Amino acid sequence: MIEVMDLAKRFGAIAAVDGVSFIARDGEVTGLLGPNGAGKTTTLRILYTLMRADRGRVLVDGIDAAENELDVRRCLGVLPDARGLYKRLTARENIEYFARLQGLSEEAVRQRTNALIDVLGMRAIADRRVEGFSQGERVKTALARALVHDPKNLILDEPGNGLDVMAMRALRELLRSLRGEGRCVLFSSHIMQEVAALCDRIVIIARGHVVAQGTPDELRERANEASLEEAFVKLIGSSEGLAA
Amino acid sequence: MRAIKVVWLKELRESFRDRRAVINAVLLAPLIGPVIFVMITNIVLNREFEKAAKPLPVPVVGAERAPNLMQGLAEMGLAPLPAPSNPETAVRDQTAEVVLRIPSTFEQDWREGKPAQVEIIYDSSRRDASSQVERLNAMLEMYGKRSGAMRLMVRGLSPTLSTSIVVARRDQATPQARGALLFAILPYFFVLTGFIGSMSLAIDTTAGERERQSLEPLLLNPVPRTHILAGKLGATWVFSILSLCLSIIAFALASRVVPTEKLGMTFELGFSFAATVLMLMLPLLLLVVILQTLVSAFAKTYREAQTLLGLLQLIPVVPSILLTVLPLKPQLWMYAVPLLGQQLAIMELLRGEVVQPAQMSVSLFVTSIAVVVAFMYTARVYKTERLGVSG
Repeated sequence: MIEVMDLAKRFGAIAAVDGVSFIARDGEVTGLLGPNGAGKTTTLRILYTLMRADRGRVLVDGIDAAENELDVRRCLGVLPDARGLYKRLTARENIEYFARLQGLSEEAVRQRTNALIDVLGMRAIADRRVEGFSQGERVKTALARALVHDPKNLILDEPGNGLDVMAMRALRELLRSLRGEGRCVLFSSHIMQEVAALCDRIVIIARGHVVAQGTPDELRERANEASLEEAFVKLIGSSEGLAA
Repeated sequence: MRAIKVVWLKELRESFRDRRAVINAVLLAPLIGPVIFVMITNIVLNREFEKAAKPLPVPVVGAERAPNLMQGLAEMGLAPLPAPSNPETAVRDQTAEVVLRIPSTFEQDWREGKPAQVEIIYDSSRRDASSQVERLNAMLEMYGKRSGAMRLMVRGLSPTLSTSIVVARRDQATPQARGALLFAILPYFFVLTGFIGSMSLAIDTTAGERERQSLEPLLLNPVPRTHILAGKLGATWVFSILSLCLSIIAFALASRVVPTEKLGMTFELGFSFAATVLMLMLPLLLLVVILQTLVSAFAKTYREAQTLLGLLQLIPVVPSILLTVLPLKPQLWMYAVPLLGQQLAIMELLRGEVVQPAQMSVSLFVTSIAVVVAFMYTARVYKTERLGVSG
């Protein structure tokens, strides 16, 4: 479970995040939806301890991210906005590197890596160098890397970026099964359809604020609109930046 | 601690698959010094031999006035050339490097036994001509002495009468020291080798990794950033040590190929030389590696890091120039200055001398302190928020 309380972060004169609060529960997929530049990536970066907030608190499974960042990182799996791989290493070596850095024993490193290669259908590419991988193959490798230590919580920043229809379908399947295992899945997107297809709860962010949150039905009701898309536009206050 | 090793191994494995890094460390860095060393010695050797053996062509004005003198000079290797119409202009225009003029008064003075003047026309600001001027001057003096002695003998006097003082030069430089004078630049190459060998790793593991967007995911592992930094530095250090070792071997081979003994120098780069240089250089190489990594942590892109490190590479030239230009008498405190100390010590070794334990320990101690300080500062930079964020 990830609890976010009154988060704020400024870059110079610009308030990128200003008072964001929400809860992402175990066994649910929570979507962070907002136009480009709304503060989604900054919020997530604070959650996964890459950045420090100027104000507010983050608790991951009850652990304070500002006080104990190493423990928080152990129970988080992250697919960040920057998902570069080591192109001179094979997919397997990329995954194993992170497994070792997560502190897994050598036996666990092999086991978990093999298991993920199977689950993600990467057997054919596992021992090829990452250089020359397609976008979908890269995302799979980055996902395996993020899941290798079997984290209870998963944070994905714009996971759909650059994926084709088939890869996106596979990703949706994966996120659903992770939810089925009782994990907490939090992902950000600026594409309304992506969020609508997957999320149990939606947090809408615009200009650094949370403008609305709830289940898709609750949001439709609140905006008094039959279609989710119309509800979003109404809640955000403009349709700017919502296009896919 | 395990994380340091994991990062170290991964960086080594990845870098050994990087053709550019390997070529830099294994070929370019170790060979640049020996190649320049062989080139310099060949040029010097050729010049020395040419000077001694080749006839010296000199335009002579009024050669017909002193046939005996011309005969004597020709025996010593002078090859007279036809005179230019205006010797002064010819030298100034650089069409002739040196001109010998025998004035019209020469014949009469010579016959009467007065000092007969000859003129050497030259330009002292042209350094490449100076060896010819010296040679011509020496020939003339030699001829003068010889005919002077003959005149004394004709008058029944001993030629030794005119020689009141004999100067005998006893050069105390060992053959190695004479060699080291010529190769004062050599220590610089050992430092430069480390710089080049580690450069692509220093850039790749920090600026490169950020540019390729893999630094952010790496920093999300439950490992303190100082451990990640330590592993990266360790791998980079290995590459610079590798370069240095290969360079020492290449130098040893090169010194065998180049006939340095023909210049009256012996150049012994044996095992103890290699071991001492390695020991002196280990902490310095680590310091260099940390500074390179620090600089590329500040750079936004791979290119920018490359440019900055190119500038950093010029710093070790400074002590080299100081040592060649200023006749510094090595003091103990100089060994405490990183870079200067190592270069001094290597120069001593090349002279065939021994580096004193006090000098060695001062150099190692102070450089190690510099390593700790540089590491702490770099670790602080590594912990900043800005470092992890790509783009």
